[in-house]
Amino acid sequence: MSFPWAQAYEPKTGLTRFLDERLPLPRFVYNAVGAGYPVPRNLNYMWNFGVLAGFALMLQIVTGIVLAMHYAPNALVAFATTEHIMRDVNWGWMMRYAHANGASFFFVVIYLHIFRGLFYSSYKAPREMIWLLGVVIFLLMMATAFMGYVLPWGQMSFWGAKVITGLFGAIPLVGEPLQVWLLGGFAPDNAALNRFFSLHFLLPFVIAGVVILHIWALHIPGSSNPTGVEVKGESDTVPFHPYYTAKDGFGLGIFLLVFMAFVFFLPNYLGHPDNYIEANPLSTPAHIVPEWYFWPFYAILRAFTQDIFFIPAKLLGVLAMFASILVWFFLPWLDKSPVRSGHYRPLFRKFFWFGLIPTMLVLFYCGGAPAEEPFVMLSQIATAYYFLHFLVILPIISSIERPQPLPYSITEAVLGSDKKPMLGENASPAV
Amino acid sequence: MIRIIGILAGLFFALGVLWSFATGAFTAATEGFGEETAEHAFHEYPAELDLASDGVLGTWDVPQLQRGFKVYQEVCSACHGLKFVAFRDLADLEYTEAEIKAIAAQFQVPGVDPDTGEAVMRAAGPTDYIPSPYPNAVAAAAANNNAIPPDLSLITKARHDGPAYVYSLLTGYSAIPEELKEEFPDFSTPPGLYYNRYFPNLNLAMAPPLTSAGQVAYEGGSPTIEQMSEDVAAFLTWTAEPTMAKRKSIGWPVLGFLLFATILAWLAKKQIWSGIKPVRKD
Repeated sequence: MSFPWAQAYEPKTGLTRFLDERLPLPRFVYNAVGAGYPVPRNLNYMWNFGVLAGFALMLQIVTGIVLAMHYAPNALVAFATTEHIMRDVNWGWMMRYAHANGASFFFVVIYLHIFRGLFYSSYKAPREMIWLLGVVIFLLMMATAFMGYVLPWGQMSFWGAKVITGLFGAIPLVGEPLQVWLLGGFAPDNAALNRFFSLHFLLPFVIAGVVILHIWALHIPGSSNPTGVEVKGESDTVPFHPYYTAKDGFGLGIFLLVFMAFVFFLPNYLGHPDNYIEANPLSTPAHIVPEWYFWPFYAILRAFTQDIFFIPAKLLGVLAMFASILVWFFLPWLDKSPVRSGHYRPLFRKFFWFGLIPTMLVLFYCGGAPAEEPFVMLSQIATAYYFLHFLVILPIISSIERPQPLPYSITEAVLGSDKKPMLGENASPAV
Repeated sequence: MIRIIGILAGLFFALGVLWSFATGAFTAATEGFGEETAEHAFHEYPAELDLASDGVLGTWDVPQLQRGFKVYQEVCSACHGLKFVAFRDLADLEYTEAEIKAIAAQFQVPGVDPDTGEAVMRAAGPTDYIPSPYPNAVAAAAANNNAIPPDLSLITKARHDGPAYVYSLLTGYSAIPEELKEEFPDFSTPPGLYYNRYFPNLNLAMAPPLTSAGQVAYEGGSPTIEQMSEDVAAFLTWTAEPTMAKRKSIGWPVLGFLLFATILAWLAKKQIWSGIKPVRKD
């Protein structure tokens, strides 16, 4: 589906005419990310991150497949094959650094993509399904990244796996048998490493599948935009190609510059030195921390230090950590304000910039810090605000807030005026 | 309905975590934040160390790596192996093939007697990896007061600020400082351990390996302990990532190309959008 004024695909060569009658792949691409997809003309640079996330996914798949050709998922040799890749495989060091930092940069762009969605309320009708699929992608990414981090079989790999699979042990009654079943043993070992490798190879393709659904769902209502006002006519849109392919191309250049600066000059900056020590079940690292992109959630996990009645603190932490992401699934129904963009929502905007953002930064910092005071107390306050923000504050402000006046249309927001439809006039697009 | 359930769930988690906060705050108010430890107060972050391999233009100082390798061979290799470094890799240090063969032949590695099939020790060759002097971890622990000397291949990547850490550790031995004794009278260095302010728990199982100037004979002079420590830190930077200099030298053309491509992409974007009126900043 698309807007009625979308440019129609016309095969021009013999080959494309041949294909168009049999397998209209060029038409599909043309309508998906070509001139056949009309996009609001006022998208700012925050709308670049979807394309960048797609690029990061492909980069991870390509580098990952090459790495898998040289890696052996066996607890005896996994660490050594990783070093073999670094030292003996031609360009292996570049592949591995690109893959390890690629995971980090995938999360950088995905977090910016999610925050774009939160500020501009991209989750609201009619785009709920895009948002829900996006949260599914994020959960799959977290699982994939976690299992990938275990593969080099360093100290943080091993102890991270032990801590995270230990979370399942907090589930009442079935917890411990479940944990043993998931690991294939009482502690992470060869069985766990093998299945993590298998799943780490599989899940990116599942992600790619959900990404296709995500984009499909996007093409039904079309892209949202910074005003949050829906597209009213042809003057509100431009074709995706060449306008946004060019803009995304520039964004991709900036992304690659920063990314490659890390790959070539700071390849271990985002990692932990302990992961260059081979896994040793007999020696516990002083501070077990996950990769930086899990820090906010790790802080929420550790914030619960007291039992509540019969619920142990550990279980509360696990529930809260999962709930902190699952709550995103309900956002379209928690935030009932009819206005989408944060620009026209004065109260929402205050809570977003002065509540949610500082809270996320505190959680991020505390999650990477050792479990000592004052970090524990800080993360407890931040965790409380996090849940209040999404589950209490957002529903309340969406019913009491008085939004600022919206522009009539995207065209008016951009150009300062738009030809408004008059009574009896056919709703033809303004020019 | 969803919103009512949501508000209840939100209050549950918020109040639950605030209950943890309240008990933690109560403990902190009555008992403070826990006692200061000697390890926390007297452990020092590695001292500054400048190596040729530092920075975005860093490359190897080959004579220094050779000196560092000599220190490794004569001192460190008594206890530590380099299991990810093959003798053939020493070609990076500009040793000739004959020199590498001669160096390798000084090390014994497990092998198989070609006539009888018995396990024997044989002289290493260029394709062997630099072995640990101990046959296994138990032997290593038994010979070292129960502490296993770690393999040094990756040591500078496996510690924060690794090269400086190695340098600091080698030069950081001392007697227990007087202030520490005053502040923490209970602190002691058990027999067989050595006080070192750069080691996380201050008591290190490794005896000071470099004890006197000129311990390793350099061509044309006797080096200080600091000089030998710096050289071996440089050498271990190389063993941790022999591809580092190549990585950094390739990084610049890559960034240069990307900068050029990004400028082109920006000009293309400007050109394409020039037909459209400017977008209001939102």
